Amino acid sequence: MKLLWFHLMPYKELPEDFREHHPSIWVDIDSRLFDPQRAHVMYNEFMDELEYAADCGFDGICVNEHHSNGYGLMPSPNLVAAALARRTADTAICVMGNSLALYNPPIRVAEEMAMLDCISGGRLIAGFPVGTPMDTCFAFGQNPSMLRQRYLEAHDLIMKAWTTPETFAFNGRFNQNRYVNIWPRPVQKPHPPVWIPGGGSVETWQWCAQQDYVYSYLSYFGYKAGQATMDGFWREMDRLGKEPNPYRAGFLQFVGVAETRAEAEKLYREPAEYFYDRCLCVDPRFASPPGYTSEATLRAKVKSQLTQVVERAGIKDMARTWDDIVERGYVIIGSPDEVAEQIREVATRLNVGHLMLLMQFGNMSSELTNYNTKLFAEKVMPQVTGLFDDQWEDLWWPQPMGKESRMPMKAVAG
Amino acid sequence: MKDIKETQTEVNGLPCRIWEKGEGEPLGFLAGLGGLQKWPPLLDLLAKTRRVIVPSLPGYPGALGHDLLDSQLDWVLAAQELLQGAGLAGCDLMGVSVGGSLAAEVAAIWKSMVKRLVLLAPLGLYDEAAPVYDVFTLSPKDLPGMLCADPEVYTALGEVPEGADAAEWRIEQIRAGEAAARMLWPLSNTRLEKRLRRIVQPTLLLWGGEDKVLAPSYAGRFAEAIPASTQVEIVPGAGHLADLDAPHAVSEAVRGFLDEASIA
Repeated sequence: MKLLWFHLMPYKELPEDFREHHPSIWVDIDSRLFDPQRAHVMYNEFMDELEYAADCGFDGICVNEHHSNGYGLMPSPNLVAAALARRTADTAICVMGNSLALYNPPIRVAEEMAMLDCISGGRLIAGFPVGTPMDTCFAFGQNPSMLRQRYLEAHDLIMKAWTTPETFAFNGRFNQNRYVNIWPRPVQKPHPPVWIPGGGSVETWQWCAQQDYVYSYLSYFGYKAGQATMDGFWREMDRLGKEPNPYRAGFLQFVGVAETRAEAEKLYREPAEYFYDRCLCVDPRFASPPGYTSEATLRAKVKSQLTQVVERAGIKDMARTWDDIVERGYVIIGSPDEVAEQIREVATRLNVGHLMLLMQFGNMSSELTNYNTKLFAEKVMPQVTGLFDDQWEDLWWPQPMGKESRMPMKAVAG
Repeated sequence: MKDIKETQTEVNGLPCRIWEKGEGEPLGFLAGLGGLQKWPPLLDLLAKTRRVIVPSLPGYPGALGHDLLDSQLDWVLAAQELLQGAGLAGCDLMGVSVGGSLAAEVAAIWKSMVKRLVLLAPLGLYDEAAPVYDVFTLSPKDLPGMLCADPEVYTALGEVPEGADAAEWRIEQIRAGEAAARMLWPLSNTRLEKRLRRIVQPTLLLWGGEDKVLAPSYAGRFAEAIPASTQVEIVPGAGHLADLDAPHAVSEAVRGFLDEASIA
C-alpha cells in the first residue's frame, strides 16, 4: 500500500475560547486573529515537516487548497508544492488539489501542474476537487448552481491541454479560448495521475470509474464513519464491472503514535481537541448554498431523511472531546504495534490502497509532529507497507523520469 | 385549488406552469423568491376584478429549465418567452422580488410587452450603503422570518399538502432556491440599473416597510432611474414578500394604481 503524509497547515494559535466568540473558522473568520509574523514561522515549520516526512520514507506528501480558512493556510497549494519539489528527491508530490472552477481560465491549472511535473521530474499527483461550498461559493464567489458544470468543463479543457500536441480552440459553455497551447507540458504521459477528492455522491463515483481516476474520501471523521461511504463506493464499482483494486481509492486518517498507548493519550489529546473543537467550527450558513448539491444526490438525501435512515457523519453531531474522538475512530492512536494493527484494519476493511495520514493536526508542535512521523516511519510503516502488493498493482501512481536523468535536488544532499 | 385553471407553456422547450383565475382585463403576475407552491390570498383579491395570469419562471415551482440559463440575457429572454406563451404580451404586469426584477427587464427591453408595471421589492440593484441580504445563507428554519414579517405566512405556503410527495415538495423548494441563486449569486446585482432608463411604462413601486432583504431605500433608486411616471408606496408592517404579508394593502394599492393609470 501507499502511505502519504498530508498537511492541512492549520493556524496554530487560535484562542482557546474561539468557538464561543467566533461563529466560523471559515469564510468570515476574524482576520485580526491572524499574525503574519507567526504565520512566517508556521509556514516554514509546516514545510519542514513535509520535507521531513519525505526524508523518513513516506511514499508521498500531500497539500491541498482552502480559502479564507483558519485550519487550512494554503490558498495556493501549488506554491508549497513547488518548494517541496525542490527539497525532495523521490517522494510523490500530491496536490490534492486545485479547485478547477476557481481558475480563470482553467488552463492555469494545466500550466502550473505541468510546471510542477517538470520541476519534480514527473512526481506529481494531480488532485481535482470541486471544492467545498465555503471555498468556492462563498470565499471565491462562484455560482453554486453552475459550479459542477464549470468544474467538468474545466476538467475537459485541462485534459485536452495536457494531451493535445496541436494548438487548439476550445469552444465551451463557460470558456472560450482561441489558442490553447500550454508550454510547458507534463513529464508524465499521457498526463499525471488524477485523484478526485470527494464526498459520497454516486455521480462522483461513476465519473471516477468512467475516467479511471482515483476516488479519495477526505473525511475528518475517521474509518468508522467512512465505512458506509467506502462500502457504497465499492458496491458501485462492482456494479460498473470495475475490479476491486484498492489503489482505485484513497482515504484520509488522523494518526498519533507513541511508545505506549498511555503516552499517545497524553501527547495527542490537546492537538486533537484543538482541531475538532476549535478548527471544525464552521457556520452552517456556509454549508449548503442552493444548487451546490446536484438534484439526484439531493433527492437521495431528502428521501433518506424522510425515512429516518442514519445520516452520514458530519460537523453537526461530531465529537469534540478526546474520549469520543478516539472512540469514534477520528484519530487512531497507540503504540506502533497497535497503530499498525488499526492501519491494517482500516486499509483492508475500507479496501483502500492510498492512505493519506494526517500526522500534524491542530496545534501540534513541530517537535511532536516530527516524533510522530519518525516513529511511524520506523515502526509502523514496515508492518503495513507491503499490504495489497502481492495481489494488486497501483496503476494510479506517478511515473517519474529515470533516476539517472533526474536532477539531484541540491538542498536534499545534506 | 378551486376555480384555478392550470395550463402549461414552454420555455426553451421545457414545461412551465400557468395558473389563472378571474375575468376581465389580464394582469400578469411573476412571483418572488421561492415562487408559488400554492395559490396565495393576494391573487384571489386581484382576481375579483382582473383575469390574473400567473406563469412560473424556469426552476420555480411548476417549471423546469433554470439550469439552461447561464447569463442574464438567457434569463431575460426566458421571462419574455414565458410571458408571451402565457398570453401576456402587451398586458399589465406585476412582479415581486426576483419576478419584479425580470418584469422590469422585460418592460425595459420590449416596450410593447408591458402596458403598466407594478414592481414589489424588485431585486437586481446593489447599494453598498444598504447591501442586499445574503438570503442564500439562510437555513429553511430562518428563511420565513427573513422573507416575511410574519414567518407563519411563508411557512404555511410551504407546508406539504395532504397527498403530496413530501420529498418532491421539498426538492421543488430547494430547486426554487437554486434558480434564484443561479440568477442572483453572489450579490443580487444583475446590472438592471443600466436598463431602468428605458422603462417608459407607468410604474408603481411597492415596498414592504419591514423588508429585511432589500431595504425600502431601494425604492428611491428605482424611482430615480425610471424616466416614466412612477409612484412609490410603502406597505407598513410588511416584509420582503409583502404580497404574502399584506395581501389586502397590496391589492388595494395595485388596483388603485391600475384604475388611476387607466384613467390617465
